[in-house]
Amino acid sequence: MLTIDTLSKRFGGVHAVQDVSFTVREGHIHSVIGPNGAGKTTLFNLITGVYTPSAGRILFGGEDVAGMAPDALARRGMSRTFQNLQICMNMTALDNVMVGSHLHLNQNLFASMLRLPSVRRADRACREEAARLMEFVGVGKHIDADASQMSYGALKRLEIARALAAKPKILLLDEPAAGLNHTETGEIEALIRKVAQSGVTVILVEHDMKLVMNLSDQLLVLDYGKTLAEGTAAEIRANPAVIAAYLGQAQEG
Amino acid sequence: MSMKSVLRSRHGGLLVLALVLALLPLVLPNAFYMDVAIRIALNAIVVIALNLLMGYTGQISLGHAGFFGLGAYASAALTTHFNWPPMAALAAGAAATGLLAFALARPVLKLKGHTLAMATLGLGIIISIVINNESQWTGGPDGIAVPAFTLLGLDVAGENTWYAVTAALLLLMTWLALNLIDSPVGRALQAIHGSEIAARVAGVDTTRYKVRVFVLSAIVASIAGSISAHYVGFITPGMAGFFHSIELVTMVVVGGMASVFGSIIGAALLTVLPQLLQTFEGWEVVVFGVILMGTMIFLPKGLVPSIAQRIRARRARHIKGR
Repeated sequence: MLTIDTLSKRFGGVHAVQDVSFTVREGHIHSVIGPNGAGKTTLFNLITGVYTPSAGRILFGGEDVAGMAPDALARRGMSRTFQNLQICMNMTALDNVMVGSHLHLNQNLFASMLRLPSVRRADRACREEAARLMEFVGVGKHIDADASQMSYGALKRLEIARALAAKPKILLLDEPAAGLNHTETGEIEALIRKVAQSGVTVILVEHDMKLVMNLSDQLLVLDYGKTLAEGTAAEIRANPAVIAAYLGQAQEG
Repeated sequence: MSMKSVLRSRHGGLLVLALVLALLPLVLPNAFYMDVAIRIALNAIVVIALNLLMGYTGQISLGHAGFFGLGAYASAALTTHFNWPPMAALAAGAAATGLLAFALARPVLKLKGHTLAMATLGLGIIISIVINNESQWTGGPDGIAVPAFTLLGLDVAGENTWYAVTAALLLLMTWLALNLIDSPVGRALQAIHGSEIAARVAGVDTTRYKVRVFVLSAIVASIAGSISAHYVGFITPGMAGFFHSIELVTMVVVGGMASVFGSIIGAALLTVLPQLLQTFEGWEVVVFGVILMGTMIFLPKGLVPSIAQRIRARRARHIKGR
């Protein structure tokens, strides 16, 4: 479904991501892990069009999408969340989710200003769908809230609801459990599993090893911008290079 | 339906506005007050459009009086020098302003924050200089007389007719703006303000939307400028100038960013205040400034959003208290 082919990104002389290749299979949860500064978020930003790669290809649905803008990628069925929340605090929670459906709605300025019956009907359906998605991610009680009134944990889920509103084929989650407590992390794990079961392919960047090991069909370990290891959770756990570079350190700490 | 739900629904606010506009002529004692009301309505139309750009989309423009002036002078020049019917002149002015705004929007809206403010400021100043210099068409600094407005072959004359026309236009603009805000396009605009990257990830072509709202607000300013020119009957370059641009921005900010009804309140307040303050002889600018500073310090979100927020907070406390 998504193939990353010798992807590289340099910032000045620094190789943030260097010759990384991997393939994400449809319906899988594919995780990217690695120590801080390993290039995980840079890799995410390359795939989602926030950065332009210095070299390499990104094949999505049989097309090289490297360097495409985020909105062009959204049209091809890619969505994401952000490590540092990108919620529109000037809007209600429900409107935030409705923004996610943007591509499925009438975008004509005049039709909107005149509130043509077709626009009204589609908008009502979109509102109901957004409310359903808020229930699905577990923030149903915030349906009438302004985004600015919601807690950090609820906003993390709201962002997932917005991403799902786009009906993506592939969803990239950038540290969905960061800043969450133990219970909330457990809930987010269940939610990610539910999302994957609904047929959305998931790419996950996460520091919480338990969550990653529980969820992932396939893992990619990055270190200093390069691929250190690839495989299933069991394979990664047994990989000496990974233990040395990453898990070992974590155990010491 | 309770009063609260009436006011909160889209049509409720519109209904209240329609009632106020309909009843206002009955309570206004004379032609002077009618004149003020007409000016408020014309200002409010521009301010609503500017608020779509500033308050909702988060893109500042310090040059909107330039677009207002372009409309006014297109109407003045085309009707006096070429005998165009006023409606045709208005349409031509709006089309030309729209094209200019469209041509400039892409490079200008690539800028952000202070740089965008400077670029739009420069744009307004250039328009104002051109109007000052092209005196064979515009009358230059001396100004130019504008003939009466005709609608469907009838002259629009007298306070009552003008009031009816401008009040209807204000109501129309309010309806269009409220519809727009509560639509996919409107949400996309607000998302650009809230988080541009989030909007793009949701599939919003942010550049395209910024251009569209910029052009829309410029065209509305131009149309309001044309109508103002016909109403006032004599225009000078000042209406396209920097101070008028600042005045429009102040109306948006005082009334409330991202609030359609705030735009109307802001326009009303800043149109009426200078008149009321004339008794302070010489000190009116100072008093005006103090009022503006006070508003911004105590009601930083602008009048309407700040007051709405306080009412909501008080009601929430009441419910908790029970």
